[in-house]
Amino acid sequence: MSEIIKPENIVYEKTKVMTDKVMHYCPGCGHGTAHKMVAEAIEDLGIQNETIGVTPVGCSVLAYYYFAVDMQEAAHGRATAVATGIKRVMPEKYVFTYQGDGDLAAIGTAETIHACNRGENILIVFINNGIYGMTGGQMAPTTLEGMKSSTSPYGRDLKTMGNPLKISELVAQLEGTYYVTRHSVHTPANARKAKRALKKALEYQKLNKGTCLVEIVSNCPSNWKMTPVESNKWMEEHMFPFYPLGDIKVPQQ
Amino acid sequence: MAKKGDIIIDIEKCKGCEVCVVACPKQVLAAANEVNAKGYHYAIKVNAECIGCANCAVVCPDAVITVYREKK
Repeated sequence: MSEIIKPENIVYEKTKVMTDKVMHYCPGCGHGTAHKMVAEAIEDLGIQNETIGVTPVGCSVLAYYYFAVDMQEAAHGRATAVATGIKRVMPEKYVFTYQGDGDLAAIGTAETIHACNRGENILIVFINNGIYGMTGGQMAPTTLEGMKSSTSPYGRDLKTMGNPLKISELVAQLEGTYYVTRHSVHTPANARKAKRALKKALEYQKLNKGTCLVEIVSNCPSNWKMTPVESNKWMEEHMFPFYPLGDIKVPQQ
Repeated sequence: MAKKGDIIIDIEKCKGCEVCVVACPKQVLAAANEVNAKGYHYAIKVNAECIGCANCAVVCPDAVITVYREKK
């Protein structure tokens, strides 16, 4: 044991806004890092007691076990509708939803678009890994062209299966959205940037200017059938050209 | 000279994804030959080059790494 290991020398430890429960996610899954960034943003702003999260259906269905804030489970795809209700009853609270692409961009597209169009003062954290993870790697609306999944074993064919859906670009056009941005959490620099964006988005809630959406492009090592490190590389090479990182809509000065 | 750092890894919670191994600028981390109770090749420190940058801990999906850095 070295003499550096002393409580006063700690520069990074697990945030208090997360519980000690071991997460059920597969090794290397971006969900864990994304959870951590959301929790750290809440911790940095000191709003743990004033935050309410809404969890989706999908891999992150059990997220309420991992965040040490008040959480509510929603029906599949309806997290933004539930968050709307919570925010309208308790407008002084910080409300966020945490949804994957199968939840937000497939079954919940209507709820998402209408919540954004109404300009509800909530934060939507959108995890996009281009596949249905929990149910066994089926094709999602966000699956890339040519990408193999269990329901598109020869790769997604645009002619019969349609085009991948860019939800962030879609909602950025709506009057109701205030801040729309796309990040990733696979490298330390990207993860820190994502945390800054999440912090900004939570702070904007106090302004009552509209919906904030932070998309996090993530990996799915199990269903992409790669090691975590390979999947992060694949994501850089294939996901980022189609889902470019960066701000899509920033507040008008 | 850069400040010295150190890390503690909660090996029983580590899932052996090795995302920390590629994130480390000093190649301090590697996967162990042994496995933990869950059967994962957990991450271990293989040298004393750690500078306490916390890159490994930031990308760790399971938050098993605590980072220390000496103060000067």
